[in-house]
Amino acid sequence: MPLFEAVLLALQTIRTQKLKSFFTMLGVCIGVTFLIAVVSIVEGMSKYMEEDLVGKILAVNTFEVRHRPTVNIGNTSEETWREYQRRPRIMEQDVAPIVAALPPEALWAPMSSDNISATTLTGRPKAVNAYNTTRTYFEIKKMGVVTGRVFSPQEDAMGSLVVVIGKDVKDHFFENVDPIGKELRLGNLPYIVIGVAESQGSALGMSFDKFVVAPYSSPLRRLTNRQKGVIDAVMVKSPSEAIMTATMADVQEVMRSVRKLRPGEKDNFILETSSSALSFFAKIKQYLVLAGVVLPAIGLIVGAIVIMNIMLVAVAERTREIGVRKSLGARRRDIMAQFLVESTTLSILGAAIGVALGAALAKTIAAVSPLPASVALWSVILAVAVGASVGIIAGVYPASRASRLDPVVALRSE
Amino acid sequence: MSSPLAPESLTETAERRVVSAAEGAAPDKDWVIVTRGITRQYEMGGEIVRALRGVDLAVRRNEYVAIMGPSGSGKSTLMNLIGCLDTPSSGEYWLNGQQVSTMSDDALAQVRNKEIGFVFQTFNLLPRATALQNVELPLVYAGISSSERKKRAANALERVQLAERMSHKPNELSGGQRQRVAIARALVNEPSILLADEPTGNLDSQTSEEIMRVFEGLASQGQTVIMVTHEPDIAAHARRVVVLRDGVIASDDSGEVYRTSRMGQGH
Repeated sequence: MPLFEAVLLALQTIRTQKLKSFFTMLGVCIGVTFLIAVVSIVEGMSKYMEEDLVGKILAVNTFEVRHRPTVNIGNTSEETWREYQRRPRIMEQDVAPIVAALPPEALWAPMSSDNISATTLTGRPKAVNAYNTTRTYFEIKKMGVVTGRVFSPQEDAMGSLVVVIGKDVKDHFFENVDPIGKELRLGNLPYIVIGVAESQGSALGMSFDKFVVAPYSSPLRRLTNRQKGVIDAVMVKSPSEAIMTATMADVQEVMRSVRKLRPGEKDNFILETSSSALSFFAKIKQYLVLAGVVLPAIGLIVGAIVIMNIMLVAVAERTREIGVRKSLGARRRDIMAQFLVESTTLSILGAAIGVALGAALAKTIAAVSPLPASVALWSVILAVAVGASVGIIAGVYPASRASRLDPVVALRSE
Repeated sequence: MSSPLAPESLTETAERRVVSAAEGAAPDKDWVIVTRGITRQYEMGGEIVRALRGVDLAVRRNEYVAIMGPSGSGKSTLMNLIGCLDTPSSGEYWLNGQQVSTMSDDALAQVRNKEIGFVFQTFNLLPRATALQNVELPLVYAGISSSERKKRAANALERVQLAERMSHKPNELSGGQRQRVAIARALVNEPSILLADEPTGNLDSQTSEEIMRVFEGLASQGQTVIMVTHEPDIAAHARRVVVLRDGVIASDDSGEVYRTSRMGQGH
């Protein structure tokens, strides 16, 4: 019997036994639903991480010279951590040699930041991310202002008490008033708000608009970095992607000579890029995908056992039909194929419903929670392939039993 | 030692023609069924049951034969063997020039598909399939294309006057109509023999007559029909009656005898 007709026959059988077929494919359906949902959320998160989140934290074609990575989740051992602690900090005097190594069109800015409490005379205090940097920072981050302006070179040079605030800070302190020219107190010094930055959005429920930026040499520096002469990072934006690697290599060389590292000695600083910040996520992703595959696998094994059981029952129930088919000339392989196609069709159908449910579940989770979701094509293909294999594996034993039935005995059964 | 390939010889006795052939030799083309000393025994509850103890039966093409016998006489076993659903424990079975007694499962399936049309007491139609789909089944296993199948199945249903019931399912048909669908299914692949097992066993007497008229018509068109029954009035429709008793042929009212010379026994 051609495959197409066998599938039609299987669909017909499935249709006439809707409820039973539904329960049969439930296991595979649930397994695939969770496979798709978990994989979609993990994929969505990683897409988000790569395209949005890291782009917001670290701008494109940008690297930061730091003494240790900013993003360390999960996989930092005690020992690495102690090594990080022992590393010398980046100092103000390191900036000049770094800048000397940069190509002329490169942009750079020293930067220190910390969480500090901001307040106004009337408003409730609010914890904000305070940045000390130069006006080039805005250029590197491609961060514009919605009202007001960024620092002037003079303000930069003098360390004036001016500040550009993020949208959340504006909403908190100056909800219905124009903040420009108003006073914001940082570390008991009054800063004049000169601009409100464009909203930077949020990721995973975390807002990127809770910041204030003051000129690098403003007194805020004593709060963002208490040790004298120490800075958190030197931000560098390469003029193009093409020379990014070369620029980084030059800066690395300069830093090594500043630090007087012998050849073979490990760097005691880091050039952090968006991809290096992502490496932590790649590791988490591995575990998440593993969980997303292993847990549904349990469901699929249960699903396979259910299908095998139901197919054994079907063979028993349809013994006479098998006898009739054999009497009319069905060979072993015809009967085998009939039951295999039936179990596989059931299973693929279950997987297909699971794909739809899983995608819907992922989208629902994405809609009601900050988790993003993206249905990956490979997971759909995987799900259908898994569905087919479950059906074939679960169907082999019942189908082979059916094919080996003695027609005389089968015809006599009730 | 006599040659196993000796041709059939023909002698006329007072009442009957006697056809002789050697064991192991293919019978003449005109003989659609030749069994030579077939036995069938099986184990049941630790006891060996000898259902057939050596049956020599020969059926010419176009014959209409009834096989009778009380229950336990071995007629069902004989029918299963003739229908290639089972193989004999010993002896030869030649069907349409092929020795089928030594064939594999799958080869037997193909022989059933091409040579045998079954009609069962309980009709054995697939309940979820329409009359047309039921009749198509043997053609499906013969590997015939869908459109050709539909055409031939429709023709077969027309032959049993069920053209307008093609899309009905078995539960929408009367007993007589179901059996006619089964007959159409048996005929659709143009088998050498139509093998009916108590075809009227589940029908009332009026419907039985109707079905017997169908068989009558087919037999007169030249279809070989073998019918197993225990009802004498049904058997009376056949042109030849073979009676089995205790696993051997007790009587056969055929006008001729097909005799097999066995090696070592001489002529």
